[in-house]
Formats: sequence, C-alpha cells, structure tokens
Amino acid sequence: MSETMAAGGTRTLQIWRGDLTSGELVDYTLETEPGMVVLDAVLEIQRSQAPDLAVRWNCKAAKCGSCSAEVNGKPRLMCKTRLDHLPADEPITVEPMRAFPIIQDLVTDVSWNYEVNKKIIPFTPREDLPEGDYLIDQADTDRMSEFRKCIECFMCQDVCHILRDQRMHNKYYGPRFMVRLASLDMHPLDGIDRIDQIADDAGIGLCNITKCCTEVCPEGIHITDNAIIPLKERVVDARHDPILKIFKRNNTRPGKKKPEASA
Amino acid sequence: MAIEHHDYDVLVLGSGGSGLRAAVAAAEAGAKTGLVCKSLLGKAHTVMAEGGLAASLGNVDPRDNWETHFQDTMFGGKYLNNWRMAELHAKEAPDRARELEHWGAVFDRTPDRKMSQRAFGGHTYKRLVHIGDRTGLEMIRTMQDKAVHSDIDIFMETTITKLIKDGDRVTGCFGFRRASGEQISFSSKALVVATGGSGRIYKITSNSQDCTGDGYALAYEAGAELVDMEFIQFHPTGMVYPPGVAGLLVTEAVRGEGGILRNAEGERFMERYDPKRMELSTRDVVARSIYTEVKEGRGTPHGGAYLDVSHLDSDYVRRKLPSMYDQFLELAGVDITKEPMQVGPTCHYFMGGVKVDPDTGETRVPGLYATGEASGGMNGANRLGGNSLGDLLVFGRRAGIGAAADANKISSAPLPAEELAAAQGEVDTYLNGPGTENPFQMHKDLQKIMGDGAGIFRDKEGLTEAISLLESLESRVDNLKSPSARLEYNPGWQLCREVKNMLTVSLMIARGALMREESRGGHSRLDFTAYSDYWAENNIVVHSNGGYDMALTPTPVFKRDELSELVEARKESEKAS
Repeated sequence: MSETMAAGGTRTLQIWRGDLTSGELVDYTLETEPGMVVLDAVLEIQRSQAPDLAVRWNCKAAKCGSCSAEVNGKPRLMCKTRLDHLPADEPITVEPMRAFPIIQDLVTDVSWNYEVNKKIIPFTPREDLPEGDYLIDQADTDRMSEFRKCIECFMCQDVCHILRDQRMHNKYYGPRFMVRLASLDMHPLDGIDRIDQIADDAGIGLCNITKCCTEVCPEGIHITDNAIIPLKERVVDARHDPILKIFKRNNTRPGKKKPEASA
Repeated sequence: MAIEHHDYDVLVLGSGGSGLRAAVAAAEAGAKTGLVCKSLLGKAHTVMAEGGLAASLGNVDPRDNWETHFQDTMFGGKYLNNWRMAELHAKEAPDRARELEHWGAVFDRTPDRKMSQRAFGGHTYKRLVHIGDRTGLEMIRTMQDKAVHSDIDIFMETTITKLIKDGDRVTGCFGFRRASGEQISFSSKALVVATGGSGRIYKITSNSQDCTGDGYALAYEAGAELVDMEFIQFHPTGMVYPPGVAGLLVTEAVRGEGGILRNAEGERFMERYDPKRMELSTRDVVARSIYTEVKEGRGTPHGGAYLDVSHLDSDYVRRKLPSMYDQFLELAGVDITKEPMQVGPTCHYFMGGVKVDPDTGETRVPGLYATGEASGGMNGANRLGGNSLGDLLVFGRRAGIGAAADANKISSAPLPAEELAAAQGEVDTYLNGPGTENPFQMHKDLQKIMGDGAGIFRDKEGLTEAISLLESLESRVDNLKSPSARLEYNPGWQLCREVKNMLTVSLMIARGALMREESRGGHSRLDFTAYSDYWAENNIVVHSNGGYDMALTPTPVFKRDELSELVEARKESEKAS
C-alpha cells in the first residue's frame, strides 16, 4: 500500500485523449491544493494546459452523475475522488468509461441508456385506489428511496459484464434499469404487472450476480442484493410457482394489470 | 450550408424542474413540444436542491394554509415580491406536490402515511415536502420520466446562442450540438426560457457549471425586461474547506433538523442577529451574520462558522441527511455525527429574472416566455428555502400552458435569413475568427470582479469600480476565441458565449445594486445599511437600449387590493414582536 498524501504537491495525471478512431494516454503535471478532487485537477489542466480537453461535468457535488470516468482503472465520479486518496507515488490515470462509444477524450456517448429508459413504463397508479391523498408506509418509501437515489452516472452499466464484455445491449437493460424497475415494481401503489418486461425484455436472467455494479455505485445502492435478486425472485414466483401451476391460476398479481401494448 | 432544423409549437430551453414542467404542460395542452438542454437530461441544477418543496398541505401542522404561506413568502421577500406570483404560488403548490406524487415521486411520510413536511427558515409551519436531502433529484427524475413519455422531443447537449426574431416576435432560436459541433435551428410559435440562474459569475457558488445566465442574456438581447437582478441569494451554508469544494451546498435541512451555528469562540451567535428565529432566520440574515462573525475575527480555522448536528442522534442524522453525511466524510474527512462542519456563504440563487405576466409567464416580447429561476418577481428581495421547488412547478406549468395557448392561435413564422446568418457568424467567429481573448481567463477575471465588487456586501465605491471593470470587458468579449478550433465537444467554444452571457448578467447586477441605495434581502449596502421607504415600493426593471447600454427603471411593486389585508396583518405582527 502506498501512503496517501496529507496535502497538495506535484502530481501527474495520465489522461486519455482521442476520439472514436484512436487515442492515447497523455501526461500532465500540475501543482495540487489540499483536498483537490480528480475533477479539479482535470479542469485545472483544461484551463491552463489543454483547453481542448473534453470532459463532461456539471454539479461537481456528486449529485448529477455527469463526470463518470475510469480513474486508475476503476469507474469513479471524478468530483468525488480525492487526489490524496489515490497512491501518491504513481501517476493517476483518467480514462473514459469503456463500455460506451467515445465522443471525445473523457466524454462518452451514453445515449443508449436513455433509449432503454424510454422502454420502461412509468409509474401508473392502481385502478382500485381510493380518492384522496396517497397513503404509503415509510418502510415502503425507504425501500424505494434506496433505488431512487440513483444519479444515473452509468458506472454500473460500465462495469456490467453482460454489457461491457458480452456487449448484449439488445438483450439486457443493465443494472441501472434493474434498479429503476425495482423502484417501480416495489411501489405499493403501482398498477402495472412488470414481470414480463423484467424477465423478457430487460433480461434479468442474464445477470450472474457478480456484484461488480454494486461495488462501483457512488450512492451505495445495494443493486444486486436489494434490486436484482428480489426481482429475480419475483419472476420465479410469478412464472414457476407450482401451486399456481396446479390450479392454472392467472398469475397477474392483485391490483396489477398487464401493460396494454408491449413496450 | 443547410443546417439541421426543427419546427415546434412550443420550444422549451432548459431541462431543470421548470423546463420539464413547462414542456409537460405544453404537451398536455396539445402543443408539439421540443425541449433543448445544454447537458444530458436529468443533470440540470435542480438535482442539487436538497431540502424540500414548500406547500401548505397541512399534513404535519394542520394550522397551515395558503394565506400563511403567502405571508411568509412576502415577509421573506421583504415585500418586493410580485404579489400575484406569491399568491399563485402559495395557492397552487399543494396541488403541484400531490400531482408529482401521482406521477410516481416518492416522499418521506408522516406516521399516518401522508407526505411528511419539515421545518425551514422563514416558514411559520412545518411545510417542506421532502425525501431525505435529495428532494430535487426526486423531482427531476419524476418529471424526466413523465416528459419522455409525453411525446416531447428532447435535444440533449445542445447549446442555444441566439433567439431569432421576425419583426417583434421571437420565432425560434439557433445554436449547436455540443458533441458534433453541428449547427441547429428551431422554429417556435412560442419559446419558453427555463434556463435557471447564473451562479457561475461568482467563484464561490453552489451552482453547477451550466448556470451561466444564458436565458437572462438571450431574453435581454431579444428585448425582454428583467426585474430585481440586484438581489442574489448567498446561501448561508456552503462548504469552506477543502478549497476544491468551497461553495458546495450544505442544505438548510441541517438547520431545519436542529443544527446549531457557533463561532470560533463557541457562541451561538444568531442570538445577536435574530433571537426569535435563530438558525432558522431567513437566508439573507443568516448569511450576513456568518460573514460578519468571520470578518470580525470570530471565524473558524478555515474562515467560516461551525454548524453542528453532533448533539442529534447519529442514526437520525444519517437517515435524514444522508448526502450531507457522505459529502463531509468523503470530501472533508469530517464525520458530522461526531464533529461540527465549517460553513460560509455561497452564491446560490437569483431572485431576479425575466419579467413575466404572473399568470402565463409571457414576457413583453411576443412569442417569448420565461419561468423558474430564469424569471423574476415571485421571490422579491429574498427567497425562502423550499420556494424554488414550488415556484418551478407552479410557474413551469403555467408557462407551458400559456405558451401552448399562444401557439394554438398562430401559425409558424419563418426565421429571417439575415438573423440566422448573424447567429451563425457569431459562433463561427468564436471558433475561427481573429480573436485573441481566452474565454477561460476572461471567466476568471469576471468572477474576480464580481466577487470583489458585487458580492454579499456592496458599496458605491466597489460597485463603481466593478462596473468600470466590467465595461472594460465589453470590448474584449467580441474578441473572444476558443483556444481550439475543434468542432467536437469543445469546452472553450461553449464558454465563449457563456462568458458573454455572464457579462450581460453581471452588468445588470452591478448597475442595479448601485442604483438601489438601501439594504434589503439579498442586497446589502455598507453605505446604505437601512431600508429606504422609496425602495420599499419599487423594483428595478432593466432592458436593453442596444448592446450593453441598459435602461434601469424603478417600477412600483405589483400589488393586488384583495391581498392587502394579509400583507398589512403580517407587517403589523412583525412590528409587534
């Protein structure tokens, strides 16, 4: 283990520069201040050394999920990664997320995620709800809230083997959208039976629970344990429950209806 | 050269809360609707709103009602608010909150399973609907999902550099796509500016990098009036350490949940400034108090005040303020359940903005609407926490409906070729012109001018100096050039127009601040420390005389007779206490 630095000092960043056709790591050296994060360093390099360095960022407060990159090989929010928490005796590498097509330098084309999101039917209230205020337990709120913390940094999508290595973008929605589906399926007032989408279109069966997504989530969402595994269980319950099979019962859950047209 | 072109009934610029709400409302009203955003969808500055959404639901305190919310808003705004806007906001916010829940938003609950509400500065009753300390994210995500299923075309990472007029009417706009650098134009029957504020004119700000006052400047150039631009909310509690995160917001919910402010000597100093409301005084008062403590030598080692929640149950703190807990632990190495935070004022919100009709969001320029932080009037001289999230829902919806109604009445007008050519010429010049001014450097210069001369405390000397320095930037702005001529995702290119916009906004602020010879809300003059009777009745309205030549006109506050009783009653009760 390297010692981490207590304060600023001179650091070298190796930043990936290039586009879809080619690119390479380029060394930049700068004086850092105490408490600087990787994004501070990248922006300082942009301001003083490489004004054409493309980087996507916005809030610089770990709330918008724009500045995702692979720092020392690991997906991280650049705005939340302190330089002095990275080994001091070696350069810091900053590369774009590898699971997405490069636009320029550290900026990737994440539009596929937005296409997937469009396929997910939004919250639709159950038809049997009484008039008046929605009544929801805090426990349900807490359960959904974990998933709704997601800032869409797409780093879970970046490390997911199904997407990154097997490139099965047409068969699997990826962890981010399993989290989204979980937040909807666990909404006590939602009236859509989402099992077919979760099982078929979203391809939940493809996840082999390596938990890489959970490890990189900057919001600490237990993606695998709290979203994906429970959804897998719901699929099994709905489709393979032997009691239901014996009685040939309709497996649509109470208060839920099948979506009108498949998304 | 042919450029990408699109036609819409209603085009909305900005995908924060107000823009999304406006687009949804316009689409629901039957308008063919487009939404243009400078960043990716869902990344707008609204995601950073933490504390909550003020709405007098009365779920926690049944005594609450719209009248009290109206009175609180007027008192917080030092009575310079547009009365009608404050009224509409107070009356409609509860319905807008319920509606969000019907669209799938998830908020914290009361024991009887309704939406919970928390205390916040300046609100008489517990009023803020919230989810932990990430209410803005919840609202953005909910409206984002509503919008993508509302048949709205969304143009992400597209920067608009010019509103295009045909005669008096705004008929569209021009800009470029960030990823490819390709130019793009839009025709609109009605265009809604929902581009938020301009916090990036200051170095220390809680605002995200998108907040460069684009809408203020574009509307100004198109002939709109702006109001109250001198009023800027410095949020009392931003992080002061480490330097890289200076300005980062520490939510007011920390104080709402019981956080205590102390100076370096351990005094609970708010007793000296507002013994009645203490930490939950209005934001302008708390910000000035912290600033004064530091200036008088009672600041913390990093130049702020201590904000302490370590006396609260640590599980409660982690549940109610999870992102604050993470933020301080990760970025400052401080465990807020055990030790105090160090905080100081940070530029947070623009009370001023484009002057609009309260009911419809229409500006004085035909075809042009504004809403949310991009519009002015609702918040007067100082905004209460929680009122921005209500504001963007209430007036976002109204602007969307107003724009759609307008669009239904007319047919599409052309984009005059010479206007379009001028807009193209401008962005080409930033890329390939003879200019020598570096936008990164000019942005830094501008931030220094504004911080030095037009910050939280102001005086005639400093403002005069700031205005003179800003005027010296006017000639340099036309000489801006991106350090790189690359089309694809070129940060310097983007910044050229943003710096120009920020200069326009800065001039409005400094000139308005010089004119307003008093201290009120988010405008504090060291040389005029008291309220003035004259300025108590007047807003400053600004419009262009051409270029950076601005006309500033004191204009009587927009009042309504039927609300006088409520306003007078609050003024009396404040005097009595």
